[in-house]
Amino acid sequence: MSFFDLKGTLKPLTALKQFGKQPHTLKETPFVPREAADRYRGFHYNDLEECIGCGNCSTICQNQAIDMVPVEGIEGKKGDSGLRPRIDHGRCCWCGLCVEVCPTGSLSLTKDYVYVSDDADSFLWMPGVDNPEGKERKSFVSTEATSLNDFARIPMPELEGMERVKSFAEVVLGYNEEQARAEASRCISCGLCTEACPEHMHIPEYINAIARANDADAVRIIYDNNPLPEMCGKVCTRRCEEVCAIAHRGEPIAIRWLKRYATETVNNADLIKEIVNPEINAPNGFKVGIVGAGPSGLTAAYYLALRGFDCTIYEAHAKAGGMTMYGIPKYRFPEESLDKQIEYIQKIGVKIHFNTRVGKDISFKEIYEKYDAVFVGVGFPKPWTLGVEGEDLQGSIQAVNFLYEINNGKQVDIGDKVIVIGGGNVAIDAARVSRRLGADVTILYRRRVQDMPADWEEIEGAEEEGVHIVPQAIPIQFHGDDKGHVKAVEYLLAEMVPDERGRRPKPVAIEGSNKTIEATAVLGAIGQQGDYSFLEEEFAEKIRIERGRFVVNEFQQTTDPKIFAGGDAANRTADAISAIADGYRAVKGIEAMLVKEK
Amino acid sequence: MREKATTLYIGPQHPGITGNMMVRVKVEGDTIVKATTEVGYLHRAFEKLIEQRNWLQSFTLLCRFCVPEPDPVEESYARAVEELEGREVPERAKYIRVMVLELARIASYMLWYGGQAGSLGLYTVGQWSVGDRNYILDLFEELTGGRVYHMYIWPGGVRRDMPEGFEEKVLKTMDYLEKRLDDYDDLMFENSIFKKRTKGIGIIDKAKAIEWGVVGPPLRGCGIKHDVRIDDPYEVYDKLDFVVPTHEGGDIWSRAQVRRQEIRQSIRIVRQVIDKIPGGDFYNKIPNPQKWALPKGDAYARTEAVRGEVGMYVSSDGGTHPRRAHFRGAAYVHAITLLEDLLVGENLADISAIMNSLGTCPPEIER
Ligand SMILES: Cc1cc2nc3c(=O)[nH]c(=O)nc-3n(C[C@H](O)[C@H](O)[C@H](O)COP(=O)(O)OP(=O)(O)OC[C@H]3O[C@@H](n4cnc5c(N)ncnc54)[C@H](O)[C@@H]3O)c2cc1C
Ligand code: SF4
Ligand code: SF4
Repeated sequence: MSFFDLKGTLKPLTALKQFGKQPHTLKETPFVPREAADRYRGFHYNDLEECIGCGNCSTICQNQAIDMVPVEGIEGKKGDSGLRPRIDHGRCCWCGLCVEVCPTGSLSLTKDYVYVSDDADSFLWMPGVDNPEGKERKSFVSTEATSLNDFARIPMPELEGMERVKSFAEVVLGYNEEQARAEASRCISCGLCTEACPEHMHIPEYINAIARANDADAVRIIYDNNPLPEMCGKVCTRRCEEVCAIAHRGEPIAIRWLKRYATETVNNADLIKEIVNPEINAPNGFKVGIVGAGPSGLTAAYYLALRGFDCTIYEAHAKAGGMTMYGIPKYRFPEESLDKQIEYIQKIGVKIHFNTRVGKDISFKEIYEKYDAVFVGVGFPKPWTLGVEGEDLQGSIQAVNFLYEINNGKQVDIGDKVIVIGGGNVAIDAARVSRRLGADVTILYRRRVQDMPADWEEIEGAEEEGVHIVPQAIPIQFHGDDKGHVKAVEYLLAEMVPDERGRRPKPVAIEGSNKTIEATAVLGAIGQQGDYSFLEEEFAEKIRIERGRFVVNEFQQTTDPKIFAGGDAANRTADAISAIADGYRAVKGIEAMLVKEK
Repeated sequence: MREKATTLYIGPQHPGITGNMMVRVKVEGDTIVKATTEVGYLHRAFEKLIEQRNWLQSFTLLCRFCVPEPDPVEESYARAVEELEGREVPERAKYIRVMVLELARIASYMLWYGGQAGSLGLYTVGQWSVGDRNYILDLFEELTGGRVYHMYIWPGGVRRDMPEGFEEKVLKTMDYLEKRLDDYDDLMFENSIFKKRTKGIGIIDKAKAIEWGVVGPPLRGCGIKHDVRIDDPYEVYDKLDFVVPTHEGGDIWSRAQVRRQEIRQSIRIVRQVIDKIPGGDFYNKIPNPQKWALPKGDAYARTEAVRGEVGMYVSSDGGTHPRRAHFRGAAYVHAITLLEDLLVGENLADISAIMNSLGTCPPEIER
């Protein structure tokens, strides 16, 4: 290098050609605001209507920038916690993970670059509430393609439709371990389902245990407030799944099947006892009498026994389980499955007197006087009748009675053409059982298929098995042959007339649309009602019964403080889990009344 | 006459220091006789924090290792996790990752232009290069949703596909920057002041470089060809055509030459990516992050960053959170062992130039 580097001195001067040029970032700003890119991760916006307050944003945020708080004007309801995210923008790092895990897609980030304030508190604000204008500036949004939620359910292995009707073998085969772990791993632990479950089961907790390959823990968690979980794992009406956060854009977590999976890992009563290892309190000196060994009575008995009560159940039938034993068909809920749960309940000290009908084999009064409290869980055993001509012909059978006989191992002659009347689960069960007995089956239902109260999976299952459904059909008469046996059903077609009061449309028979369908048996399944003939007059007077159900308070206490009631005879939801919830609530009521009072 | 020795404390807050660290120097006159580095001002417990996050959450933190070039850390973490889990990454995602890495390299060198020249008082360079870097940040904003911290490369692929018309914008930016490189040559590399103050200054001894594990431009500036992209190709580097520039000499000038040439190579790579990128998925989705558990085991992935080789080690006990994570950055060697050695005998005024030439990055030291 020479002492004076001419080139090295002159070259830099070429920089002068840049003179007066503005860097492009300054061309418009600050005079014209710069428009951010289409997926810029600016400040949050939340669509308050879409949001269900599941809190998954708050869970994923590694900076603890989000807390869930109530908002004026938004009430919590089933499937919505009523809370909404509030963001501390002093903690946020604008990663957008909260957006990626939002199951509804309500949360997004906007195109807003800057927010300036000298008030530190003002950095804490609620997207959507404090920046409604953000709706127009959404940029980083959640799509199904980019979402980190797993929207697709692990399919449940099942027997194939025509294979099923050959026997009463269980249709649903259950998840294997790998399938259960994968399905459980979809859950975001938001707990919205817990609120919707009548019994508030600890759903996210046991699902998490399954996901973490800790099935025994799952079983323990499940038994904390449900003593008949395998029953629920197989036949529950799963209100929880209706509100599952993932269901907003995908298929709900298979909560019921996961419970089924966990409980099926424990295959006998001794093992249940070993794994659940329940703490049984020393006897507290109180005795409780229970009428009916259905789900509600069994639940009350189990938790009372754990709390040190001396519990005795009086059951009219030879087996416990109520309608889940004598109503629900075995291809849905096998007897062994029920038996091991009942056996376990007996093992922890619950006494059951079978074949003992209260009102006949023992009077209600005697029970009332013998025990410190009485729980009544007698269900809805009496079927409603249609009230049409010919209903008393031979071969016209009530579906619950039919199911009772079949579940009891009896033969029922239904011939080869069965007509089932009704659209609920009982109707579907009766139809599917009839298919298994070899009959052609047609369901007549007053409304449209989409109006059927039966579980859609059950309806689908029936169709797969070849059950024929005739919707908008109102039976008007059963015709008999000369031997007094039913041979046909006459019905009218119905049209759906919108209801002025905004309720679901009503079926109205179309004059002259008469049709007749051949039948070797007709199974009526239009609902059941209570039978309280076991109550002596003094009790019948004292206990308030409205619209066929016991009137109870939040602890299932009837108008006679010593008598508690639950299950179908007290609730309107009429399913196993509601019965279990009633039983569990009654335990708290009985404990409060007897123990705490003392 | 021998002057009395004095101790000076340079940093942690000092315009000539890269990042927050301190160099304690003993000088006689303006000649350094002893240098001691002091770190700890930037400690954010990265590795401990990673253990407390699930397998996904950490990628939002990892970019914070390096402001100028956050992407290689994201990439090496993603790749380590993928290796541990056996997760496939779609080809398209790999190409996009390479493009992001190379754009980040260019953007980072643009900042280095400013730092290196600024350390010598040539401030115009920085004003230009920060402006030019913004073109790349615009691309990042469009692709990733973030300008500086992209949080874009994550296990399984990348977060979003390229938006419509993105390829053309990238090519346009590459054309523009390529032309600008000549201006930088004139202003910086041809500048007599730059030459005078970098040639023969901060000479790294080749043997020591190898012994101490020096990497990146400091190593290649000793004439040693070492680059993970070539030596142990990852993503799709083995499908791309580029050379690894080296320069003999071991001084600041040599390191600057390596970087100068590397930018052109990066432009070449980006163009090839645009040319060759296949269609298909950009992401092989991970399961629900809350419950995403990785099999027992460990994995290490290394990536070539502008500072040299960086690497991420992750270890799993089968759970939803890493049991342990460890980040290996070039700066641990460059900014402590090497710097303390290099400074001895140098002029006080050259500390900043030497630090800049080593790509000193304190967060890599304080993990
Ligand atoms: C065909 C059918 C299918 C169903 N499918 C489902 C389903 O899939 N999922 C679901 O959740 N629910 C289903 N249910 C409803 C569910 O079975 C009931 O809601 C539940 O069993 C109600 O429980 P419970 O405790 O009220 O009494 P019940 O189950 O009705 O049991 C009452 C018990 O009390 C006994 N009892 C009655 N009177 C006396 C007396 N005087 N003395 C002694 N004992 C007496 C009865 O013998 C019976 O054992 C179905 C019901 C039917 C009929
Ligand atoms: S963007 Fe990231 S850091 Fe900010 S609130 Fe959402 S999850 Fe938390
Ligand atoms: S099952 Fe659904 S609603 Fe329940 S915690 Fe999991 S994601 Fe939330």
